[in-house]
Amino acid sequence: MELTRRDAVAALGALGAGTAGAGCLQEAATSDAEASDESVQEALVAAAAVLYPSAVGGIDAFVETFLAGRLDEGAHAEGVRAAVDALERRAESWYGDRFAALDVDDRDSLLQEAGVDAADEDPNGTTAEQIRYYVVNELLMALYSSPTGGELVGIENPQGHAGGLDSYQRGPQV
Amino acid sequence: MSRAAENVDTGVGSVDRTPVEAADVCVIGAGPAGGIVASRLAEAGHEVVVLDAGPRFDRTDRLARQERAIRPFYDRPDVWESDPERDAHSNSGERFYPLNHARVKGVGGSTLHWQGMVMRLHEADFNSASERGVGVDWPIDYDDLQEYYAEAERELGVAGGDNPFGPPRQQPRPMPEFQPSYSDSLFAEACDELGIAMHSVPNARNSESYDGRSQCVGYGTCQPVCPSGAKYDATVHVERGEEAGATIIDRAPVQRLAHDADAITAAEYTTPDSEYRQEAEQFVVAAGGVETPRLLLLSESDHYPEGLANSSGLVGKFFMDHLFAGTGGVLDEPTRQGHIGFLTSESHQFYDEADAEVGPFKLEFFNYAGPSPVESALTGDDWGDALLERLRGEYGTHIAMGGLVESIPSAESYIGLNRDETDAHGNPVPDVHWTVDDRALRTIERANEIQERILEELGAEITWQVGPEDTGPAYHHMGTTRMGDDPTESVVDASLQTHDLDNCWIASSSVFPTGGAMNPTLTIAALALRCAESVEAALGGR
Repeated sequence: MELTRRDAVAALGALGAGTAGAGCLQEAATSDAEASDESVQEALVAAAAVLYPSAVGGIDAFVETFLAGRLDEGAHAEGVRAAVDALERRAESWYGDRFAALDVDDRDSLLQEAGVDAADEDPNGTTAEQIRYYVVNELLMALYSSPTGGELVGIENPQGHAGGLDSYQRGPQV
Repeated sequence: MSRAAENVDTGVGSVDRTPVEAADVCVIGAGPAGGIVASRLAEAGHEVVVLDAGPRFDRTDRLARQERAIRPFYDRPDVWESDPERDAHSNSGERFYPLNHARVKGVGGSTLHWQGMVMRLHEADFNSASERGVGVDWPIDYDDLQEYYAEAERELGVAGGDNPFGPPRQQPRPMPEFQPSYSDSLFAEACDELGIAMHSVPNARNSESYDGRSQCVGYGTCQPVCPSGAKYDATVHVERGEEAGATIIDRAPVQRLAHDADAITAAEYTTPDSEYRQEAEQFVVAAGGVETPRLLLLSESDHYPEGLANSSGLVGKFFMDHLFAGTGGVLDEPTRQGHIGFLTSESHQFYDEADAEVGPFKLEFFNYAGPSPVESALTGDDWGDALLERLRGEYGTHIAMGGLVESIPSAESYIGLNRDETDAHGNPVPDVHWTVDDRALRTIERANEIQERILEELGAEITWQVGPEDTGPAYHHMGTTRMGDDPTESVVDASLQTHDLDNCWIASSSVFPTGGAMNPTLTIAALALRCAESVEAALGGR
């Protein structure tokens, strides 16, 4: 199933796009180091290849469009940049290369070895908890609040998506 | 433009929170009751000031609040920024009451996070003692409130259709009902077999554009946040009041109502920067079923050593909430849950069978049974294909019913002051001493029985039930400044004026003598409209 620009825009509709949705609610990141937007984009596309199911196509454009609306000057974007920087430092230290340069299995292993799979998200927590919040759950929420991500599970109008008032009345598609 | 409207986005420290000179009316609390009273009186040309303990929330933050509602890191009170120090409280009753999950402090009040169901009480609810043999009769009847109910439906914007079991009404609701869900159609087959009638749920939610707000667009996070504004919240009336000249002062918790023997003279409030006194001719306390009695109790004096307006000794007593009864399970076919965050069908068929043994209850047909896929995706230790497989296994076949049950008033269930614990301002915190009566527990059993019959007829495997042992509150705080004709048996009269003080009015579910089993906000709104008329008359119609 192919992710589209509409899915990315829908995900932004659920999560809020840039400063308009940021306000005072965003959590501050705790690291001074921050990755550039280009490297954030590269890393999150690479992470999505691990986190998203194999049935999904169009990941690169989806993540790039989504991030274009998320990576503003707000505290949340700072948190994403800092978490990606932490992820990159792990990749260099443990695998000797940038996260995106690793093959998919190694990226998966790295995330698990960093404890991200077992971590509960926490924007102010441990490195694993921050990566869970700003990288893993950022991407999973974008996918599963989008129409295509919802359809993968069987719901065209998932929570967070302003999908209108028709789908709840419809029966299952044959 | 009023002062607060000019300062809405300028933040703490730069907002003018000083008192309004020559105020006719001071309203305490900017929820639906306070908002409606303030807007009505401001539109009538009176100088109105509204004090609210919480902040004015920026509307552009609603998507960020939705993100908080979905992400597992945030608890429900985080969505609307509950402050543990400001909102400190204790629990001394036999059952724990999660107070800060049950309310929002700020401009808009708890309607910011409410579900948005707006039923009228049934006729017998106003005469519980004489019709059902328990509780007390209200000093007013349904007929006294019917016109106000209709006006409240127009004010909030209510979408709903016919209800064969509802009380009489003279005109349809202002918007057509939301169409039944696919899930409702599954229930309908089973209910037809059992002779149980389903009908639409009246929603304070736009089924079409209304009052300058959009039609519902289906975000599915109604409780606790509607990003589109299609769900009514009290900012509608607060802003209407501002447009008519009312002044809204946020982050201004009232600490005490200064008074003499017959009247309130000033509301003493704090702000982030200072302390002030707001004088006014009339005072309307609209701070909900917990903070309203607390403020009266905190305002004790030589004149009123047991608390203001409390010569009856009943301020804080008779704390009630509706109780939840639910049953759910799974079918062997898709049920299409979670596309929207509100209900479209319910049944009041058994409501008026209530007597002294079993209370009134309503049945609800859920549209969001089972886990939300996106919320579930953020909590596991899996991703990729394994996560998708888990989500597909979790989602799709859940089905569930809920229901609300009346609890009868008891003086043993109360809101008091805990003088051993203080809040951020050094005041005793509210102590929630919540008890539940046996009739309510029997009523939950009765609701559960019917829910089981429907789900079994449907062919569902029942996997969970919320019954008498593990029931919880519906977050409807009622009864703590009850209305009545006898000053020794009640706190306010039928006009909502306190028996003790000439210029003190209470607009809140705290005045409900009994609660029925209907969500209270439409009745709160109807009473607020009635209260506004009474205050207007007291002001001499100027």
